[in-house]
Amino acid sequence: MSTAFEVVTSKGLTYEQKVVALAHAAENSLDVLDIPEKTRHYMETGAICDLDEGHAPYRPRYIMPDYEKAVREGCQFLRLEPPKDLDELLSFLMIFYRHVPSITSYPVFLGNIDKLIEPFLDGVSDEEAAKKIKLFLIYLDRTITDGFCHANLGPEETRAGKIILTLEKDLQNAVPNLTLKYDPDITPDAYAELALYTSLYCANPAICNHRMHKDTYGDYGISSCYNILPIGGGSYTLTRIVLPRLAKEADSREHFLKELLPDCLRHMGDYMNERIRFLVERSNFFESSFLSREGFIDREKFLAMFGVVGLAECTNMLMDDKNKTYGHDADADDLAEEIMNVIAQYAENSEALYSEIFHGHFALHAQVGIDSDHGITSGVRIPVGAEPDSMFDHLRHSARFHKFFPTGCADIFSFDPTGRNNPAAVLDIVKGAFKLGDKYISFYASDSDLVRITGYLVKRSDMEHYYKGEAVLQNTVYLGGDNYRNAHLENRKVRSSN
Amino acid sequence: MRAPVNKIIPLSVVDGPGNRTSVFLQKCNIACAYCHNPETQRMCTGCGICVEKCPVQALSLVQEKGRDLEGLPVIWDEKKCVQCDTCIRVCPYFSSPKIHLMEVEEVFSEIKKNLPFIRGITVSGGECTLYPEFLTELFTQVRAEGLTCYIDSNGCVDFSRYPDLMDVCDKVMLDVKAWDENVFYSLTRSSNETVKKNLIYLAKRHQLEEVRIVCLEPEVDVEAVIRGIAGSVREHLDDFTLKLIAFRSHGVRTALKDKEMPSGEQMEKWRGIAVNCGFSNIRIV
Repeated sequence: MSTAFEVVTSKGLTYEQKVVALAHAAENSLDVLDIPEKTRHYMETGAICDLDEGHAPYRPRYIMPDYEKAVREGCQFLRLEPPKDLDELLSFLMIFYRHVPSITSYPVFLGNIDKLIEPFLDGVSDEEAAKKIKLFLIYLDRTITDGFCHANLGPEETRAGKIILTLEKDLQNAVPNLTLKYDPDITPDAYAELALYTSLYCANPAICNHRMHKDTYGDYGISSCYNILPIGGGSYTLTRIVLPRLAKEADSREHFLKELLPDCLRHMGDYMNERIRFLVERSNFFESSFLSREGFIDREKFLAMFGVVGLAECTNMLMDDKNKTYGHDADADDLAEEIMNVIAQYAENSEALYSEIFHGHFALHAQVGIDSDHGITSGVRIPVGAEPDSMFDHLRHSARFHKFFPTGCADIFSFDPTGRNNPAAVLDIVKGAFKLGDKYISFYASDSDLVRITGYLVKRSDMEHYYKGEAVLQNTVYLGGDNYRNAHLENRKVRSSN
Repeated sequence: MRAPVNKIIPLSVVDGPGNRTSVFLQKCNIACAYCHNPETQRMCTGCGICVEKCPVQALSLVQEKGRDLEGLPVIWDEKKCVQCDTCIRVCPYFSSPKIHLMEVEEVFSEIKKNLPFIRGITVSGGECTLYPEFLTELFTQVRAEGLTCYIDSNGCVDFSRYPDLMDVCDKVMLDVKAWDENVFYSLTRSSNETVKKNLIYLAKRHQLEEVRIVCLEPEVDVEAVIRGIAGSVREHLDDFTLKLIAFRSHGVRTALKDKEMPSGEQMEKWRGIAVNCGFSNIRIV
């Protein structure tokens, strides 16, 4: 943690990044959360990690405004009439986005962007629409300087979606992160193929298994690093259990499963409730935000994401036979499932405060890791460099563990550039994976400048600037740059023929 | 029924539409100067050169002689093999000791492992149509799983002689390597009479997926091939893709190994000719 003085005098931060860092330092000077001794212990070992959300929560971590409602009704607080044409809509959104907070201070969710734009394309030529949308996309990339910002497409094919995909291929923007909601019964093959083809040039969009998510809460959106959350709501907080750090304390497998893990889960749940309580009861966020007052968000549609990370390393630590490893051995995978069952049971049986939309429970999330993680693999992924030889075996393994996570669990594949000549082949792989229960999948080409780090996108060329100590526009370049090195993402197995 | 299998690629994005499993059978009936995988051309003779050169002793000779499809003369220990391909490089007969004689059921069970990620299979070679009965049986089983079955062929075996196979084969990816018979002979040491016959036969049955020309002058009369194909199957030009493949020297072991690939400009020129000839689906790779 940098001191305020270090922030103020930094050479490697932009002005905007300094302001955000100083606000964070100010928040952390408060001491308002009641944290029991045992919880502090788990936080010191790193088994419980609050992702540095701050000591006094004053806005939810992820906010998913109902932009359709805003566009339909206008916004009093921002003195915006409902837009009537494409220019007015894009201007409306640009203004509105500016006022949507999140843990990063930037909007993490921009809505179903194709559906927001589509009704305003009547009578507008493709050429004219592309010009306007292009400026809009450039504006987003240059002003929302945070790769956790996410926009959604699909599952229906739209003209707006096609225009956005075509533009993105050439724009090579890291923001917004894009996801196509995909359902083979709704999304035409040609449209899904265009999306995958685009992703092999600019790592965008990722593909979400719409069938598996559409009934989780009703209308859902994907924000940040593939967090599947209710529209009009969001997530108060995301705290994570870092399994391998907890496993270090275990005397035996039995001790871990029966005592340590349940105890840590309980303390983590209590800590999350403490954060929620302060946010809802003390911070006055929901009382003061125009989003809430005008009904673009509803407190009752918020939940709390219960993060899990490092299942692979934890499993390997608890295996007696060190040659039996997660993702490669049936016994190891069975143990991993046993660990997940303990976690799932806790989530099912414990009470999460103010989480009506999720029936008063914590919602499990496969947390993707952070820049400072060393030797801890994202969520339930197989460690980079140790992926199974067969991509199909890899995806079968994923399906087995994705099932535990309603609020997001994903895999990232580096794919050979030859895939660009045959996006239908990549779609076949997606179809197969989704049929088996994989929830979310993304690709980037092994030669692409834009790469997906844990969920967000960063340009390799920007990381080079960061490595030289220069300030860069997007704060995720810092995170991605460290993560790329610490997690050795250059070793991610390239999937291709052979 | 068994066939010699050089390789099975579970995930292939370059062997027809969608994601496919590719099966490569050993042995070819021609010998192209530009062949990229010459080690698939012939069956092993059991000379033992590779056995001596293998750095990890993964190869050994079977004692009795005179084996062909009944068994292979060199035993390949896959567990010891480090895939350095020394054996392939030292083989003077354009063969490989890394072949498995596999039953139809064995190949089929390898394919089934790739469900539900593939939409079909493509059998290539060598020249896979040297094993028509094997293909017929394999395709019959594979189609029952709802997968499509493609043949990748040099067209030198007369397809019309195997109606049972053609009934269970969805599409063919056909090479037309040269149009003038002398040019074809220089390139392949064979005649292209059957290729031309197959081109018409397959076009009429709507079984052409793509027709391919490896573009390299003067070894290939590229323009004549384009015009020749267009002239022979004029009414079917919308049915298939014409794939113009720029020659690459990767894997080539003949005098052509140092030849450069044609320029992008040259490839575009050929595309222009193809457009003028009435092809609607043209791809350059």
